[in-house]
Amino acid sequence: MLSFILRRLLVAIPTILILIVISFVLMFAAPGGPFNSDRPLPPAVMANIEARYGLDQPYVVQMFTYVKNIVLHFDFGPSFRYRDQTVSGLIAQGFPVTLTYGLWAFVVATSLGLALGIAAAIRHNSWLDYLATGTAIGASVLPNFVLAPILVLVFTLWLGWLPGGGWYGGQWQYVVLPVVALATSYLAAIARIMRSSMIEVMNSPFIRTARAKGLPMRRIVWRHALKPALLPVLSYMGPAFVAMITGSVVIDVYFSTGGIGQYFVNSALNRDYPVIMGVTILVGALTILFNLVVDVLYAWIDPKIRY
Amino acid sequence: MALTEPTVEAIVHREPPRGRSLWVDARRRFLRNRAATVSLVVLVLIALFAFFGQFLTPYDRATVDFSLIGINAQQGYPSLETRRYFGTDMEGRDLYARTVQGTRLSLMIGIVGSLVAVVVGTLYGAIAGYVGGRVDGVMMRIVDILLSIPFMFVLILLLVMFGRSLLMLFIGIGLISWLPMARIARGQTLSIKNKEFVEAAIATGVRPLTIILRHIVPNLAGVVIVYATLLIPEMIIYESFISFLGLGVQEPNTSLGALISRGAAQLGNGVPWQLGFPLFFFVTMLFAFYFVGDGLRDAIDPKDR
Amino acid sequence: MTPLLEVEDLRVTFETGDGPVHAVNGVSFALAEGETLAIVGESGSGKSQTAFAAMGLLARNGRATGAVRYRGRDLLGLSPRELNRVRASEISMIFQDPMTSLNPYLRVSEQMAEVLMLHKGMGRRAAVAEAARMLDLVRIPDAKARVHDYPHQFSGGMRQRIMVAMALLCGPKLLIADEPTTALDVTVQAQIMALLGEIRRELGTAIILITHDLGVVAGFCDRTLVLYGGQIMEEGPTDLIFARPTHPYTLGLLSAVPRIDREEETLLTIAGEPPDMSRLPPGCPFFPRCAFARPENETLRPPLVRLTDGRRRACNRPVEEILLAREAAQ
Repeated sequence: MLSFILRRLLVAIPTILILIVISFVLMFAAPGGPFNSDRPLPPAVMANIEARYGLDQPYVVQMFTYVKNIVLHFDFGPSFRYRDQTVSGLIAQGFPVTLTYGLWAFVVATSLGLALGIAAAIRHNSWLDYLATGTAIGASVLPNFVLAPILVLVFTLWLGWLPGGGWYGGQWQYVVLPVVALATSYLAAIARIMRSSMIEVMNSPFIRTARAKGLPMRRIVWRHALKPALLPVLSYMGPAFVAMITGSVVIDVYFSTGGIGQYFVNSALNRDYPVIMGVTILVGALTILFNLVVDVLYAWIDPKIRY
Repeated sequence: MALTEPTVEAIVHREPPRGRSLWVDARRRFLRNRAATVSLVVLVLIALFAFFGQFLTPYDRATVDFSLIGINAQQGYPSLETRRYFGTDMEGRDLYARTVQGTRLSLMIGIVGSLVAVVVGTLYGAIAGYVGGRVDGVMMRIVDILLSIPFMFVLILLLVMFGRSLLMLFIGIGLISWLPMARIARGQTLSIKNKEFVEAAIATGVRPLTIILRHIVPNLAGVVIVYATLLIPEMIIYESFISFLGLGVQEPNTSLGALISRGAAQLGNGVPWQLGFPLFFFVTMLFAFYFVGDGLRDAIDPKDR
Repeated sequence: MTPLLEVEDLRVTFETGDGPVHAVNGVSFALAEGETLAIVGESGSGKSQTAFAAMGLLARNGRATGAVRYRGRDLLGLSPRELNRVRASEISMIFQDPMTSLNPYLRVSEQMAEVLMLHKGMGRRAAVAEAARMLDLVRIPDAKARVHDYPHQFSGGMRQRIMVAMALLCGPKLLIADEPTTALDVTVQAQIMALLGEIRRELGTAIILITHDLGVVAGFCDRTLVLYGGQIMEEGPTDLIFARPTHPYTLGLLSAVPRIDREEETLLTIAGEPPDMSRLPPGCPFFPRCAFARPENETLRPPLVRLTDGRRRACNRPVEEILLAREAAQ
C-alpha cells in the first residue's frame, strides 16, 4: 500500500509541475501585458516597472525563478494590482474562508447525499425514492449561481431569517446560505449516483447469495452492498471536488465572503496574472492531491486492485 | 460467460421482436415516454423563440431608453400595451429582445460544445480503444490528467489572456467537453472491437482507420447521441457560469447567465422580472434537455435502468 | 409421512413494461427426505424461477402464488424474519455462476463465518475455524490459510466448492443447486457433481438439481421433472424417463444429448425457439415445435396425467405413439 501511494505521488508531482509550466507559458503567449493600458507609459517608466517585477529577464530564467519560488517558499510573486500584497498573502487571507464553508459543504453534500441515495435505493419506488429522484433532477437544473439568488430571495428578502452576504469571521448565520448554495447540486448528484449504483448492486448475484443465506436486510445492505456501491460515488468525488472549488468562486462573488474566489474574479477582470496563475496552480495542486486520496481509498475498498 | 445460459431475467428484459430495427424500436420507446416527448416539444418551442423571437418585437436588444433609467421599477415593468413583453433592464433596454438573444447564445454554446465533444471525443476514444496497448494507456492517462485540472480556472485564464471573445469561449468550452466523451467512446470501442464483424474486416485487410470510421464509430452512435444530449445542458451551465461572473460574452451581446447575474444583483430593487424571465428560460431549457437525454438513454439503452 | 418439500400449483408472474410475463404456470411436485430430484428444461422454462420462488428470491417485479410447503409449513406466506430462519439452516442454495455469486469485496472467511454467527450464534473465531474445516471437507487445499483469501484469488471450480461449503455450514436438509456446473469446465463439472454425490450419501441431504444438461442428471437423480413453458411436461423416476420417454419434448431433449457410443452425422436439436412467456399459446406450450402435434392440439391444453408406472405426463398424443417413434429412431 505504501509503495502504491508513493508511486501515485511520483505521478502527481510532475503533473503539478506541468500545470505550473503551462500557466506560465500561457501568460507569455498572451497578447498584451498587465501594464498595457490605453495611455502608453513612457519607456523609462515601463522599464522600471518591468525590472521591479523581473519582467526584463529572459523567459526561461523567469520561469525557473517562478517555479523555484513556488516550490521552495510557496511564493507566487507579487500581485500586479493589489499594491504591496503578495499572491501568497492574498491566498492566506482568502483561503481559510473558502476552506471553512467548502469543507462544510463537502461534508453535508457527501453525508446527506449518501444517506438519501441509500434510502431511495432500498425503498425503490417509494415516496422517498421519488423525493430523492425529484430533488436530483431539480438540483441538476439549479446550478449554484442560480440557486444562490433564489436562496437570498427566499431566506433574506422574504423571510428575513439569514443575512444575504458577508462573512464576519465565519459566524454561523453567515455560513449557512453559502454552504446550502454550494452543497445542493452535489448532494443531489451524489444521491443519484449512490441510488443507481446501490440498486444495481442489490440486483447482483452475490446479493442473491446473501439473501439465500438468510441474512437480515440490514446486514446485506451495510456489509455486502455498501462497499461495491460506494465505488462509483468515489469516482465522482474527484470531479465533484473540482466542481465545488469552481463553485466557490460564485459563492465568494455573490455572498461577498472574501474567499479566494473573489480575488480570482477581480484579478481576472484586471489582468492581474500572478494572482490568477497562483490561484489556478493552487487549485490544480489541491485537486491532484485530492484525486490521489480518492485513488488510495478506491484501492483500499476494491481488493481486486493490485498495488 | 459463453457457457452461462440466460435465465428468465433475460426474458423479462427481452430483446425487441424481430422485424423492427433498433432505431425504430428506440423511437417507439422514446415516444412512449411522456416527459421526454413533452420536453422535445418544449425544446422546439424554445428554439423557435430563440431564432425567430426578435420578429415579434419592435425593440432591439441594444437600444437604451433613457426615459426609463432610474424609474425602472415604476415604468419598466412587463406590459403588452407598451410591447415591453418582459419589461426592461436597468439600462432601459428591452428585456424580451435580450432574452431572445441570450437564449439563442446559450443554445448555440450548448450545441457547439456538444458537437466538438462528439467529433473529437468519439474519434479520440475510438482510436485509443481500437489501437489498445501502450498507446491506449498513454492516451487515456492524458485524459485523466486533463480531467483532474480544474478547467473552469484554466478557461478563465484563457479568456483573460486572449481576450473575452465569443470565439475564445467556444474554443475554451470545446476544449473541456470532449474529455468524458473520449472515455465513454473508448469503453464502448473495447467491447465492439472483438465482435465478429470487426474481426472479419481485419481479416479481409481493411485499413485500421477505415475500420474505425466505417465499423466502430457507427456502432458508437447510440451512446454518443445520448451522452451528447446530456452534455448540452452542461455546456450551457458552463457558459452561464462564466457569464455570471462577468467574464463571458461582452456587451451588447448577452447570454442567459449574464442576464441572470444582472437580475440577481437587482433582487432588492423591486424589479423581479429581470431575474424571473431569464431564469424561467434557463431552467425550462435545462429541464427539457435533461428529460430528452434521459428519454433517449432509456430508448436506446434500456438495460441501463 | 409428510414430504420434505411439497410444491402445489406454483405460479410465478413478472410485471414488466410490456405486460405480465408468466414464468411458472402451475407446477406441483413433492420431494421426500434425502431424495434427489432433477428439474430439467431449456432456458426460460421456469426451472430457476421455481427454485427462486421457493426461497423467496424472486426479482422485485416477481410474484408467486400457490404453495411451497417445507415440512408442512408454507414458505410463501412467511415473514422475512421467519423466512431468513429457514434459509441456510433448513434449505440452502448454490448458484450458476460461482464467479459472481460470491461477494468479491469480502474475504471468504467473512462470508462463511457470518452464516454461522447468525444462525448458530457462534463467536467469530469459532465460526472461522468451522468455515476452514468445511472448506477442507470440500477439498480446498490449505484451507486454514486460504479461508482468509478473497474470492478472486480462487479458480472457478474452487469457488463453486466454496459455495457448496458455505451452503452446507448449518447442515441443511435440502440443497437446491441451480445449474451448479454450467459455468465450469467439463473436468471441473465432473468434480463438482462427484462432490454433490458425496454430500447426498454421507450427509443424507435432499438435493434439487436444476439443469438443462441431461448428461448431468443420469446416474445422479432419483427422479426427473421436465419443465417447458413453466409447466410440467413429464415427471417420474429418472431411469424410466431416460429409457422410455413418453413426451415429445423429453424425447427431443434426449436426442439433443451428444452420445459418443453412436455414430451420428448431426447433433439433433429441437427445431424452433422457446415460447414467449408473455404470450403463451392457449393449448400445449410445446405445440409450435412438436413433431407429433395435430392441429387440434393448438388450443387443447393437455392435462397432467399419472401413468401406471408412477410417472406423470402432459401430452395430447397417446403414449404408444411416442414410444414407437423412439424405437423407430433407434
